[in-house]
Amino acid sequence: MIDTYYKIIEILFPFAWTQYAFMKNALLAMFFVAPLFALLGTLVVGKRMAFFSDVLGHSALTGIALGVVLGLREPFWPMLVFIVALAVLINLFKGLTQASSDTVLGVFFAMTVALGVVILSRSGGFNKFTGYLIGDILAISRMQIYGLIGLSVVVLWYWMFFGNNLMLISVNPVLARTRGVRVFWMETGFVVLLAVVVAVSIRLIGILMVNSLLILPAAAARNISGNMRAYTAWSIAISIVSALGGLVLSYYLGTATGATIVLFCAGFYLLTALGAGLMHRR
Amino acid sequence: MQNTCTHCCTKIEGLGVKFADRAVLEEVNLHLNCKELLALIGPNGAGKTTLLRAILGEIPYSGEINFLVRSSPKKKPAIGYVPQKLSLDADSPISVLDLIAAAIKRCPVWLGVKRSVREEAKAVLTKFSAEHLMYRRIGELSGGELQRVFLAMAMTPVPDILLLDEPVSAVDVQGLSLFYDIVSRLKQEYDISVIMATHDLAGIAPHADRMVLLNRTIVAEGTPREVFANNKLLETFQLSLWNISSLKND
Repeated sequence: MIDTYYKIIEILFPFAWTQYAFMKNALLAMFFVAPLFALLGTLVVGKRMAFFSDVLGHSALTGIALGVVLGLREPFWPMLVFIVALAVLINLFKGLTQASSDTVLGVFFAMTVALGVVILSRSGGFNKFTGYLIGDILAISRMQIYGLIGLSVVVLWYWMFFGNNLMLISVNPVLARTRGVRVFWMETGFVVLLAVVVAVSIRLIGILMVNSLLILPAAAARNISGNMRAYTAWSIAISIVSALGGLVLSYYLGTATGATIVLFCAGFYLLTALGAGLMHRR
Repeated sequence: MQNTCTHCCTKIEGLGVKFADRAVLEEVNLHLNCKELLALIGPNGAGKTTLLRAILGEIPYSGEINFLVRSSPKKKPAIGYVPQKLSLDADSPISVLDLIAAAIKRCPVWLGVKRSVREEAKAVLTKFSAEHLMYRRIGELSGGELQRVFLAMAMTPVPDILLLDEPVSAVDVQGLSLFYDIVSRLKQEYDISVIMATHDLAGIAPHADRMVLLNRTIVAEGTPREVFANNKLLETFQLSLWNISSLKND
């Protein structure tokens, strides 16, 4: 199956960069990662959860440290379990404290980053892990691609069935509950999916960039959308164009792919913000 | 229109709510019939919103709330709820059509809204003088417009009980009378019970069948005229005599 895909890409894009299998794999991965991030991002922005998803991304450091302590060569699974557990925990306890959610998240952010750095930097070995900070999409394996495809199917399914409910919750949770929405379970499902997507993408996009890829396409789409369909469609379109643009440009410039993609997204944000501002002034 | 329904009601008996050992509500007894608009008045912090939240099942309470629903006495009633003024983001991309379409059908609105659902949504909004708002984003609506949209949503599908939590606090004068007219009409047309928490005594008086003055417990109860004649209202709201007499004459 994947060989047919390689052939199609070589015909569609007859450029030097499509000769390499790693570029074709990265391209395929981006076709799934970009819409996935765009879709989840629409709700992250709608529910003002940008800081929450940032905490999840950064908590990967502790997850990786956990893997190191356990003596694993590949710390993916402890990282996944840790990020998912943290997401569920924050969601569970956000209603139980009087402190503002910003403060609670700030505390979790500080704790997980510090703990991760302390463990990973024992006897000066932190350099080994800097790869996780900026990620490397070009090193993606076939198994990871299949994982991403599976994850995309699950997220799409969740959005098909519960997209309306999630929208209602973002307007007002009490209102949603009176309409029969199981707010707690809907939100838990969402944060678990978000956590899994973040965990899977850390190796590819990098801890520093993963949140930008979630927030920026949706934030840019918000500037120019008048309804949910436009919002979702623009977010996905901006995400895919940025992913492809960033991937190709990073190949020619020899830069980190994740960061180059994020710069593309940021460009779109500035453009749409400017456009929306001009329209408003008229 | 004939009143066909004599079997549905909401009975609240000995209701109490405590927040961290502080009694916010105690010994509230209330009986609400269908086709009745009950105005819930009281100063800030009197427990109006708390009472509504207890009826919604959002907070734990002591005492009993029993619903006798027309279709089946054991069924949980469908409650339509219009929240207090919400702090929506001005740039929220959710349109009025998105909200109403989601109330009508389960189809995901992020994939677009079918023509048939669009027409149904338009018919719903027309009943609430809001059809012209269909393609507007909810973040850019005025207070009055937003409340009419939320009311349209709360009435789709028609509930057994309609709870309105200070729906007019952010509404202009013109929007106010339109809102009251619509709520009065709904009550008549659909045989529903309406509880409206409000500060607008003068505005609600001509429309309310009954008025309940709440201040941790029920202080006074009766028709608006009876409640206004009660001196406790004066004490609780610290209204001037002139205000009260203008209300009484209304």
